[in-house]
Amino acid sequence: MAFDSIAIEGGFKNPVFDAQSMFRAVMQALAEPGTVHRGIALTRPPAPLTPEAAGVALTLCDQDTPVWLDPALRAEEAVGTWLAFHTGAPLANTPADAHFIFVADAENLIGLENFAQGTQEYPDRSATLVLQVKSLTGGAELVLEGPGIESRARLSPHPMPRHFARQWAQNRARFPRGIDIVLVSREGLAALPRTTRIVNQEGEPCM
Amino acid sequence: MNAPSDTIAQYNFAYLDEQTKRMIRRAILKAIAIPGYQVPFASREMPMPYGWGTGGVQVTASIIGPDDVLKVIDQGADDTTNAVSIRAFFQKVAHVAVTTHTADATIVQTRHRIPEEPLKEGQVLVYQVPIPEPLRFLEPRETETRKMHALEEYGLMHVKLYEDIAQHGHIATTFAYPVKVEGRYVMDPSPTPKFDNPKMHMSRALQLFGAGREKRIYAVPPHTRVESLDFEDHPFEVQRFDEPCALCGGMDVYLDEVILDDQGGRMFVCSDTDHCEERRDAGHRGHLAGEDGPPSSISEGGTQ
Ligand SMILES: [Zn+2]
Repeated sequence: MAFDSIAIEGGFKNPVFDAQSMFRAVMQALAEPGTVHRGIALTRPPAPLTPEAAGVALTLCDQDTPVWLDPALRAEEAVGTWLAFHTGAPLANTPADAHFIFVADAENLIGLENFAQGTQEYPDRSATLVLQVKSLTGGAELVLEGPGIESRARLSPHPMPRHFARQWAQNRARFPRGIDIVLVSREGLAALPRTTRIVNQEGEPCM
Repeated sequence: MNAPSDTIAQYNFAYLDEQTKRMIRRAILKAIAIPGYQVPFASREMPMPYGWGTGGVQVTASIIGPDDVLKVIDQGADDTTNAVSIRAFFQKVAHVAVTTHTADATIVQTRHRIPEEPLKEGQVLVYQVPIPEPLRFLEPRETETRKMHALEEYGLMHVKLYEDIAQHGHIATTFAYPVKVEGRYVMDPSPTPKFDNPKMHMSRALQLFGAGREKRIYAVPPHTRVESLDFEDHPFEVQRFDEPCALCGGMDVYLDEVILDDQGGRMFVCSDTDHCEERRDAGHRGHLAGEDGPPSSISEGGTQ
C-alpha cells in the first residue's frame, strides 16, 4: 500500500554517519549561535515536514523523547507516521510533555512558555524547538550576543513566531530554565540557545 | 590507520550503539545551552576502567566522525599509557586519523592539561573528569549540591577558599581550582592545574567535560567567560615557574620536574610535549638540550 511505502522510505542514506554529521552541525550551531551550518545530510520526509527538520529528528529523537507537532504538521497524518517509523518517538499529549517541538508554521506558534522549561534544579528537562523557516536571511534582523559569540552575530530568519524578540527576552529571563531553538531552512541550520540575547544596535536588550 | 575490514563488523562505529550516542548527544546539547551546569546522563560501561576517563571517552565517541583528527593527552603528553590506549581505541573503533600536533587536531581529549598553543575556532576540547561536582567536598549529598547550584548558593565555596588564605596567607588550591562560568554556575575544571584556568576563559574552542562514574556532562561554549573564584584582597594568581624549560627554553608554560639520576639531578621541562617539540623544531634551545636533541627519556611526537 502506498501509505506504508511513504512511511518506511526517505530516511538517512547512511544512518550512522549522517546522524553524526548532522549532530555536529547542530552542536556547532548551538555552540556558536547565529552561525549557519550547511551541507547537512538530507532525508525525504512527507511534506510539510522539511528534509532539514526531519534530519534533526532522525539524529536526536527516539523512544525516550516525546515530540509535539504543530497543527500544520499534525494536519498531515503521513508526517506523524513517518516520524514514528523512523525515530520511534511517541507523540506528546500536550506541548508541555514534549522534549522536541517541530514547527512548520512559525508565525502561528503558541507562546514559548507553553513548552517544557525545565526546573531550577534540572534546567536540562526542557524542550528544544525545531523551527522550519523559509529563509535564514531577509527577515527582521536579530542582533545576537552571549556565550559562543565573539562580539555580535546577526541572523534574519523568517517567518518567526509573533513578538519573537519579546518572547525571547522572557525566555532569557527564565535562565537557567528555558527552551532552545534550532532554525532549519534550505540554506542550512542555525540555533539560538537560551543563553543568547537579542539586542538592538546600541547593545541594549530588545523587549 | 584502518583496521582490517573483517574486524570492523565487530564494532559499532565509535563503539557506542546509536541509541546511547543519541542520549549522550542530547546531553551535550543541553550542556552547551546551560554553560557550567552538570547534565545527568546514563553513563555506559566502557572497555576500560573508570580511572581511564570513560566519561571523556563516551563524549568523544558520541561526537567523533570519520573526518576528525584526534589528539589524546595525559599530563600534557601524548605518549603515556593512558593517552596511547585511548588513541589506539579510537583508531580501532572509529578509524580516525590521529595526531600529536595540537594545531592539526579537530578533537583533543585530555585528562590534566590544556595545550599551551591557543585552541582555534571549530576545535573541541574533551576533558576526562573524575569528580565533576565542585561543591562535593563541602556537601556530600547530591540533593543538597543540586539545590545550592539552583539557588546560586556559593558562599560555602568562598569560605573554603578563604580558609586557605587564613591558613597559608594565599589560596593554596592549585588543582581543580573552581571557576564561575558566564557569571552563573560554579564549575570544577577537573584535575587541570589552576595554571590552565585562564586558557578556559573566552577560548575559541568548544570545551566538553565528561564524568563517567559520576554520570555528568557539562560544557563551556567558545567565547564564554570563565572566571576563577577569588577575593578583592587576594586576587587569583597562576603558578609561576622560576626557570625556563630545560629543553626548549620556554617561559610562561607549565613545567614538570624530571629526575635525571639518583644523585638528585633534576630538570624542569614543558608538560606539553608537543609544544616543547615544536619550539625545539623552531630552533629554541634550553640549557640542558644538547645539539642532538633531548635525552631519550623525553617523548617524541609526530603525526602517526
Ligand atoms: Zn619545553
